[in-house]
Order: sequence, then C-alpha cells, then structure tokens
Amino acid sequence: MLYAILCYDSEEAVASWSKEQHAGVMARLGAVQDKLRQQGRLGPAASLVPTTAAVTIRKSQEALVLDGPFAETKEQLLGFFIVDYASLDEAVETAQELARANGLGGSYELRPVSVLQPGGL
Amino acid sequence: MNEIAWIDTALAAARPQAIGALLRYFRNLDTAEEAFQEACLRALRTWPSNGPPRDAAAWLIMVGRNAGIDDARRRSRTQALPPDDVISDLDDAEAGLAERLDGANYRDDILRLLFVCCHPDLPATQQIALALRIVSGLSVKELARAFLVGESAMEQRITRAKARVAGAGVPFETPGAVERAERLGVVAAMLYLLFNEGYSASGGEAHVRSALCDEAIRLARLLLRLFPAEPEIMGLVALLLLQHARTAARLDADDCIVLLEDQDRRLWNGEMITEGLGLIDKAMRHRRSGPYQVQAAIAALHARAARPEDTDWTQIERLYATLERMQPSPVVTLNRAVAVAKVQGPEAALALIEPLADPLAGYFLFFGVRGALLQQLGRTDEAREAFNRAIALANTPAEAAHIRLHIDRLLTDRRSDGDA
Repeated sequence: MLYAILCYDSEEAVASWSKEQHAGVMARLGAVQDKLRQQGRLGPAASLVPTTAAVTIRKSQEALVLDGPFAETKEQLLGFFIVDYASLDEAVETAQELARANGLGGSYELRPVSVLQPGGL
Repeated sequence: MNEIAWIDTALAAARPQAIGALLRYFRNLDTAEEAFQEACLRALRTWPSNGPPRDAAAWLIMVGRNAGIDDARRRSRTQALPPDDVISDLDDAEAGLAERLDGANYRDDILRLLFVCCHPDLPATQQIALALRIVSGLSVKELARAFLVGESAMEQRITRAKARVAGAGVPFETPGAVERAERLGVVAAMLYLLFNEGYSASGGEAHVRSALCDEAIRLARLLLRLFPAEPEIMGLVALLLLQHARTAARLDADDCIVLLEDQDRRLWNGEMITEGLGLIDKAMRHRRSGPYQVQAAIAALHARAARPEDTDWTQIERLYATLERMQPSPVVTLNRAVAVAKVQGPEAALALIEPLADPLAGYFLFFGVRGALLQQLGRTDEAREAFNRAIALANTPAEAAHIRLHIDRLLTDRRSDGDA
C-alpha cells in the first residue's frame, strides 16, 4: 500500500526557525529519507513554497482564479512524502521517525494513496 | 525532542500578534512588552509539563493580559496570583475565546504595532531599531552590534524613540480602508529600509548584517500573510527574497565584492528564487503595478538568467524606465544607465548619467559606474579620476578594494597597450 505523509505546520512558526534550526531539521530529515530510499520505501517527495505564493482556481465553468488559500487555519500543507508499506503500522512508524527527526512542532497526516500516476518529469 | 527549542520558536512566532493584541488592551508599549515577557516566563514554566497550547499566541495574549492586570492590582495591594497550572488547564477553553476576540483584530493589531514604530518624527534608523526591539524582540545588545554603536547608546536610542512614540499616542482605533493602506505603505517602506541596512554592507560583522535581511524577510512574509491580496506586498517579499538569494555569491573568500556578472550563480539560493519568482508572477496577474513589483521584476530577470549573457537587458532597461516614471530619482536613472550601456553601449549610458553628476556628487556608485563606462570607452585618465573619487566615497573597505581592483585593471590594460 502506498501512503502519503503530508507535512503540516504553521508557516509563521517555520518562518521563525533560525538558520541553524532549519539546517538541523533538513539534515535530520535527509538522513531518514536516505535510509527509506535505500530500503526502497520512498517514492516522490516534495516541499512546497509557502501558501502566500499560492493561487486558487475554483472548480467551475468560470474556473475563477483567486489569491489564496485565505484559509484561517493555523497549519498549512508544506510538503509530502510518498512511502510504500504493507501495513498502516509500519507507515505510522516511519511518520513517527520523521516527526522525531523534525522535532520542532507541526504534524504529519498519513493518508493511503488510491492512485499514483508517475508522470513524465 | 528538544522542548526548549520548540518553545523558543513558538514564542518568537507568536510575538508580533501577542504584543500587538496586548498593545490594543493596554494602549502602552511598555506595559504590553512587560505583559508579554511575563507570559513568556509562564510559558517556559508550564508548557514543558502541561504540553504546548493549541494556539500559542492566544495563550500568550490571555496570560499576558491577566498578568498585566494582576500587575496593576499588585501595585495597589498585594494579592496572590492564580497558580500557573490552573491557567494552563484553562488554556483550551480560553484559547477559543481569545481567538474569537482577536481573530478579527489581529491583522490590524500587528499592522498597528509595526506602524507605531514608524512614527514620522523618528529618523529611519530609529524606526528600524524600534521595530527590531519591539516586534522582533532583538536584545539591545544584538541591536548595538547590528548598528555598530555601544550598548548604552542603543539603549538610549530605544528609550528616546519609545518616549517619542508614547508622546504621540498609539492610534488604537480600527483603521479605515484608506488609513490601512497608508499604514501598510509606511510599514513596507520601513521593512525595505531594514533589509537594505542588512544588504548594503555599510560595515559591521557580515553575519549580523545578514540576520537583519532575514528578519526583514520574516516580517515582510508576516505582512503578506495578513494582506495576502496586496500585489505590492507580494512584490516586496519577492524583491527581498530575490536579492537575498544572491548573498552567498556577493562576496568572495577575501570579502571582496563580486559583481553580478562575475558571481557564481550556483551559489544563489534556489529555494528563495523559486519563492520570489512565484510571488512576482502572482503579483503581476493583478495588473496593479507598483515600485516593489517593478524592482522585483528586475531582480527576477537576473534570477532567470542561467548565465550573465542570457540576461534580458532590454526588458530590464524598460522596467527601470517604468520605475523612473513611478519614483523619479537619480539613483534609479543611474541603474537604468547600466542597462542602457548593455543595450546601446557606454556612450549612450554616459550621456544619460552626465546630468546626475550634481545630485549624486557624494554617491560612491555614481563614480563607480562612471569610471566603468569611461574605461569601456578607453578614456583611461578620466576613468581613473572617477575611480579615485569613488574610493574616497566608499562606505566599506570591501567597496574601496573593489574599486582598487578596477584601477589595477586600468593599469594592466595600459601596460599591455604600451607593449603592443
């Protein structure tokens, strides 16, 4: 089963990380990712530019383009990993490992992937 | 997990919103700051055992407000404070309340907090120092290092600035649309100054200066989150990111200035460039142009060029002409001249900057550019004279060293001419 590990955190909090904190988180996450890659567990991973650069397109005939998201939510989607595990428990363990490696707050949301198209990039 | 690091980050992130709200309650900068300090102390005591609250800012506002009120009471008669764990247990119920109270206000709270630091009576450097002290929470010691003054001088500067702001009265009423736009403009200008203070090396330790740029970007991003549909604020953040992305390439190992065309573009920060390009593209869809967007668009053209020779100088020259119309200034014209030199040659550029000799008589870069143009035209003696003027006006040893390099090149060129 493929799982998406969606990374949520307050952009305000992440923007307040010091350079050292930022570098530390990236290095620790990188180490976990390297391990997952070697084990053949890691699919595509992405980190997203803050939502201030986002544009929202409403699904309708007009396909309205808006600035956004204007969501008043505390946490925003910052990025994701796709991982491959036989059971939810194993996927949770990996997400926990990533959570400990990050260690600066925020949360991971774990969602089974129903369709993954590899794309052509 | 490192709890203290997490708490520090949460406190720093919540600071502008919390102090902004406390300023609205207390209408006094010092009281708001003290109440926030007290709330932070309590957070450090209770969060490690009780766990972090769901909304750090709301928690700090509630506790800070109570602390401020308690403090006022205590001054009249001594009264026991409620135990901290009780406050923390109430946190979830109260956080919801605080959020409802503040949700509608926090945008204006933060803007007001930044705006009071930009009091028109305060010179620009004091506005910046005050904002860094109050909004960012930099210590007087850190500020003194960043602005190259002694700690007591900085302490005095802050005290004086605060007194002046207090004397003027905090504009606590909710602003109307026009007033809000004006405040936004004033605050954006202050953040731009703050960034430039860190960007143009007017002395000091490099890493301290770079921290000023980081802080300007953090506050500008905050402003953009509060006003996410303002193209000029998108432009401002884009501009700061695109400029800051080049930091690692701007000085070489000997701290000498490396010109844009000589920079190792692999050292540019790709993440910042991606975000900056995303923001300026988004801003331009609004078709409400402004000076920050135009400057960001210029920076974006540099960022998009994989090699210096790929730079779209024609478009850059057009953008500078647009900027000149929006904000006529000899410095903008000087920048346009650099683009004109690339497109039409040094002769045209020299003609363009000739009328600037007077207004820019004390400007290091004017003579640097003039010298380089004369050099390209083979007018070596005049070039050297211009470079000498530039050295005399240089703000830092790095600037002076850079010009000396030009003079050295002039001498070598002449020597090889003579050999030929």
